[in-house]
Amino acid sequence: MREMAGRLGPLRGGLAAPAVFNLNSPAHYVHWHFFQMSVANVILIGLMIAVFILALVIPFPKREIEK
Amino acid sequence: MWTERIRSRAVGALPPEKLLPDRQPAYVSSWIYVFGVATIAALLVVVGSGVILGLKGPAWWHESGVGKFFNSIHLWAVEVFFFAMVVHLWGKFFMGAWRGGRAWIWVTGAIVFLVSIGTAFTGYLSQQNFDSQWIASEGKDGLNSVGIGAFFNVADFGQMYTWHVILLPVAVVALVVGHVLLVRKHGVVPPYAAKVARAASAKEPA
Repeated sequence: MREMAGRLGPLRGGLAAPAVFNLNSPAHYVHWHFFQMSVANVILIGLMIAVFILALVIPFPKREIEK
Repeated sequence: MWTERIRSRAVGALPPEKLLPDRQPAYVSSWIYVFGVATIAALLVVVGSGVILGLKGPAWWHESGVGKFFNSIHLWAVEVFFFAMVVHLWGKFFMGAWRGGRAWIWVTGAIVFLVSIGTAFTGYLSQQNFDSQWIASEGKDGLNSVGIGAFFNVADFGQMYTWHVILLPVAVVALVVGHVLLVRKHGVVPPYAAKVARAASAKEPA
């Protein structure tokens, strides 16, 4: 398989570069009743909700009022 | 003359102080208002890195270290683009940002969101690797099932690449420009509370 990938040159893509995470396995899923979503998407949506809430509660830096 | 009429209408709708303002209402002083411009900043990185990828070609972005770096910049800028756009969408939804004659701002924002999804999907098809081939073979069944496979053939790399690097990006940028000009014309929507307070103060006797 690796020999074949080597002969394919530009098409071999991800096989040439090591990833930070091991991507050569099936994705992990959260499954609860009707709800099914990959762990990566659950984390991403959680981060978006967290950033949304933080944007509402963290005070925005104020400039000095111009005279 | 028609040129004079267009100029008068354009300057009347967007005088320079509205087009490039140097101050904003006090209620804009919140982090929730930064996600629109964060989306535009990410879009600039997406377009810039995409231009470099297009100039250098697939052998470069798959093989060389710098090519892989720009390939990753392009991918992660798209991730930031959608992340910021969704938070911007949530913020504007709860503000009711279509109020006060701002319906077209909401409509153009919704359309640019949908067109951006199409642009991102055609990007998956433009990678030139086994991943893009697998996505194309899966996607064609979905598009054929809704009857548009003959016009939008995801297995045709040339067609998908043209959609990805020219047609859809031009549409996204044009819609974003229109969206921003409409925001400049109508101003940032005031919060519900400020509207109520203004209405109450208007009723008070002088």
